[in-house]
Amino acid sequence: MPGLGTSFGRGGATTAQQDLSNADCVLIEGSSMAEAHPVGFRWVMKAKERGATIIHVDPRFSRTSALADIWVPIRAGSDIAFLGGLVRHIIENNLFFRDYVVHFTNASCILREDFRDTEEGATGLFSGWNEEKRMYDKETWLYEGEPNLSFPKRDPTLQDRQCVFQSLRRHFARYTPEMVEKICGISPALFHKVADALVRASGPDKTAAICYALGWTQHSKGVQIIRTASILQLLLGNIGRPGGGILALRGHASIQGSTDVPTLYDILPGYLSMPKGDGTEETLRDYLAHQTKPTGLWHNFPAYFISLLKAYYGKNATAENDFGYSWVPKLTGNHSFFEYLYDMADGKMEGMFMMGQNPAVAAANSRFQRTSLSKLKWLVVREMVEIEAATFWRDSPEIERGELKSEEIETEVFLFPAAGHAEKEGAFTQTQRMVQWRQKAVDPPGDARSEGWFMHQLALRLIAKAKKSNDPLDEPLRALDWWYPEDRHGEPHMESVLAEINGWSTNPQTDGDGVVFGIDRDGNPHHGAQIDGYPKLKSDGSTASGTWIYAGVFGPDKINKANSRDSKTFLGHGWGFVWPGDRRIIYNRASANPSGAPWSERKKLVWWDETQRKWTGNDQPDFPVEKSPEFRPNGNETGLDAIPGDAPFILHEDGLGWLHVAKGLQDGPMPTHYEPLESPVKNELYSRDTNPVVNWYTRQENRFAPPGDPRFPFVLTTYRLTEHHTAGGMSRFLSHLAELQPELFAEMSPELAAQLKIDNGDFISIVSLRGAIEARALVSRRIRPMQLNGKTVHQIAMPFHFGSAGPVKGSATNDLIPISGEPNVTIMEAKALGVNIVPGKLPRGPAFEEWIRKYIPEGGPPNLHPEQPPPGASAGAQSGGHGQQGRPDSR
Amino acid sequence: MIGEGTLSTNQRKHSYVQERVEVGFFTDPSVCIGCKACEVACKEWNQVPDDGFTWSGNSYDNTGHLGASTWRHVMFLEQDRQKGNQVSGPMSLGDEDPFRWVFLSDVCKHCEEAGCLEACPTGSIVRTEVGSVLVQNDVCNGCGYCVVSCPFGVIDRRPQPLPDAGGAFKCTFCYDRQKSGLVPACAKVCPTESIVFGRLDDLRARGAERVQQLQQSGYRDAQLYDPTETSVRGIHAFFLILGEPEAYGLPPKPQVPTIYLKSAWTAAFATAIASIIATLAAFAFFS
Repeated sequence: MPGLGTSFGRGGATTAQQDLSNADCVLIEGSSMAEAHPVGFRWVMKAKERGATIIHVDPRFSRTSALADIWVPIRAGSDIAFLGGLVRHIIENNLFFRDYVVHFTNASCILREDFRDTEEGATGLFSGWNEEKRMYDKETWLYEGEPNLSFPKRDPTLQDRQCVFQSLRRHFARYTPEMVEKICGISPALFHKVADALVRASGPDKTAAICYALGWTQHSKGVQIIRTASILQLLLGNIGRPGGGILALRGHASIQGSTDVPTLYDILPGYLSMPKGDGTEETLRDYLAHQTKPTGLWHNFPAYFISLLKAYYGKNATAENDFGYSWVPKLTGNHSFFEYLYDMADGKMEGMFMMGQNPAVAAANSRFQRTSLSKLKWLVVREMVEIEAATFWRDSPEIERGELKSEEIETEVFLFPAAGHAEKEGAFTQTQRMVQWRQKAVDPPGDARSEGWFMHQLALRLIAKAKKSNDPLDEPLRALDWWYPEDRHGEPHMESVLAEINGWSTNPQTDGDGVVFGIDRDGNPHHGAQIDGYPKLKSDGSTASGTWIYAGVFGPDKINKANSRDSKTFLGHGWGFVWPGDRRIIYNRASANPSGAPWSERKKLVWWDETQRKWTGNDQPDFPVEKSPEFRPNGNETGLDAIPGDAPFILHEDGLGWLHVAKGLQDGPMPTHYEPLESPVKNELYSRDTNPVVNWYTRQENRFAPPGDPRFPFVLTTYRLTEHHTAGGMSRFLSHLAELQPELFAEMSPELAAQLKIDNGDFISIVSLRGAIEARALVSRRIRPMQLNGKTVHQIAMPFHFGSAGPVKGSATNDLIPISGEPNVTIMEAKALGVNIVPGKLPRGPAFEEWIRKYIPEGGPPNLHPEQPPPGASAGAQSGGHGQQGRPDSR
Repeated sequence: MIGEGTLSTNQRKHSYVQERVEVGFFTDPSVCIGCKACEVACKEWNQVPDDGFTWSGNSYDNTGHLGASTWRHVMFLEQDRQKGNQVSGPMSLGDEDPFRWVFLSDVCKHCEEAGCLEACPTGSIVRTEVGSVLVQNDVCNGCGYCVVSCPFGVIDRRPQPLPDAGGAFKCTFCYDRQKSGLVPACAKVCPTESIVFGRLDDLRARGAERVQQLQQSGYRDAQLYDPTETSVRGIHAFFLILGEPEAYGLPPKPQVPTIYLKSAWTAAFATAIASIIATLAAFAFFS
């Protein structure tokens, strides 16, 4: 989500789950928190007990709605229209938190005169659109006269026509309650109930929090939905304050961790952009010149990056060889999973390692995923159980239907038994940026091993091979500083990895103060004292840090703070370690007014202590500790020195919260309502229906239905059940969970069931342009038909945990989902698509082929949607990968 | 407050067994999120087998009811009523067409006068130091008298081919955990403290307070289900319910079957005497 990253500076939740209990209102949208994050939901219930209003906006009445004060049924994929309506309501009725907005956000900044909004001609396009390349030239989105964004011209009265505030006001002017009703199916009365609750719970002595999850991210404009929420929270003054903020609820136990220390192809640890391979970042000097911002925290980019190179290459990285910059892989294009998949399908990719992933069930267009896997020559699967990704060649719907034949599939599958979470040690970074150490309880059974062991042993073998070769391509492997100590089973000491992630002085000391794991595999001193925070990192090679934002987790006091378990405050200080610098609520300078005093006694957190001349309070200040609130730059400063004393968002060049994102997004500086790629209706607001920069991944196996296609009249949205875990590898195979939800079902309204003559419990088939699946009908008033501008639209909702392996089996719902790429993070639109429902079971065996052709005829062009480019056209912003601008954190 | 007060005791070590303190469960559906963690924790700790992978089509409830292999059961009730002042979609804005979804985790009530215990001929079922009712499975002979004697339909015999088939099983109140000062597994894992474990007197105070609090905030149909007036003379696992007990399958006036014993035996005795007299009279008449 560059949604949070571009709005506030960091791609992570701004607050802690415990802090939700301090909220006066909690808006949960794009998430069924009670179901997918039941333990964190206890804090929402605490808030409710203290009198907070809980609002749940969701297409279905879920277990979260059951506990909410207000449930707002919404058409899947219309969130920007709803949130935009709230933004308009707050601006037009002068309900925003003026002092906060004027000082802490870029509302007052003056935009360029040649900036053009989507509203001019209602085209849905901003200025800079290039139809041929299908991407924006973003220059006109910058501030007037300040392309660096460092010292923008500002109008504190917010009256200047060219200021961000007025631009935002014009942008959302047509998002009226009546428009919200037409697009989202939410009545003005219900809309006002939500607006009133939010406004009532915001101000100097009140705060409201917003929680979201994959119900926002998995859309063709997911980042912009999060942006709209960010704008809303900035206008209401709810960021950086107790009981406020935006909580990004992550989809897995360590998803935050896997973007911080990333498993993504286009960013390096700590949100450092992967160097580009297009010739513009060939040298370290060019790269640093590109990435280093003149002002704000990113001015220190070289210190973070060179410390990373020192962690990678140890003493092989020297000032003379540019710290080994030439060994770092350069990004030549989009290498997201979907690109791999297409390469696989086209026979361009031979083999794959798969860990913690089951694309045969969990990934979009899983039918196409399974057939693509069958084109591989080899596949390594590391799992606790034999998941569908390992059995697709002998046990899948395609084999049953005769579409694939086991004897013709050449894929050699290597299934490695993996250790479970209680059978290995390591760290999780959870949804609120908290690193928590996990100890090993028991040894894994048999040959099962941890991921750490597997990667460590694989690296040792690859490095040994590389050392025997003269191939220059192997040089990066030979240069790696693979020093990790290991135990007698060959398991690396995971704490030594955390120590390296934290960072240390590179001058080796044997037993100096603050040194942990100081001896390498050959028994020689390896490094010096641990550093205690990222401000200590240097760009001269004297420090190393595997992930600069984690600095402090394992400091010179030799205490692994991820392993601390003594919660002392209401924000949980003393339990685990929260990056950066154990700041539990980030941007917390905003919890004090411009002159540094708390906005109110009730909501105080961090404040300026005039006698000590420093920031202090109940959290680690997320601000230069000695910078006076009165400080104003003169325009010649660099780095953090350029940040005014009343600008809490220190990662941004101007220190402000961004209502208008001048740099960092592919699809616009402000959020705009576009219809889902498959929608039952046309866009009420603009002449174009869909996000112009989206990547459609056009292909015959991955077709999209045009707007209002009568063959696919129903909206499908997908979700998770509490009882299961994603693709089911950790739940479907356990009898105590499997018995609780043993079968795939589709939730539908009694009205739709009556229309289709379906009874509760009947078998039904659900068809999309990608495939067909079978489920039981669960008829309930928890789903309601929507009225959209006089048209009745029916939605259905399905969980996606089932597959063909394990004790409880069922169709994979993701067979229906198309592959698509949101332009900033390449995520698919899994939460809103068009389907048809046919009563009865799917035909078995080869009869299926004939049956499905009735509903999805073969042949014809693959681009059926009028806004979809033909195959081979520019993939737009996607072609560059998503790490080039902004500091995205993904999923 | 009484005892340790009305604060949660779910995460504390305790010595109730050693101190012979009467304990209980208070289960509150107004904060239950229907996650079923109680069901899973119960089965995991007590090594209760799964009892079949059958999808019911009854909301999210695929467990059905309490039984020999289900000692905690979360009910999912979809009702055409309003929950407190909840606004659930456009239909209830004018209070017409209301809807609510209520979750309640059901469990053995551990009655003060327990039908199962009174019916048990082998002494397998006993009352513990903390007031709970415990089945000792190594003593149970599987006669099934307890099954028909439970006014709540909680206890049952485990069918073949499950492990220990034939014996009667139900919630043990995690007596083994309690002996070690641990909280029962279901209460320990409940994320919203819908299930609270603690001293019975504390919990009754907490329950009364909660009902009052809920009624003041719009839950007009909130009430405690704790039948102290009938022959079960109160239960150790009591509930807050929204609406009538019948909706939750809870008998409004549960009775221990043994209260009918006196009248039944009196009738039997009278019948026997009458038969003897009739027989004698018949002999007298025909001789």
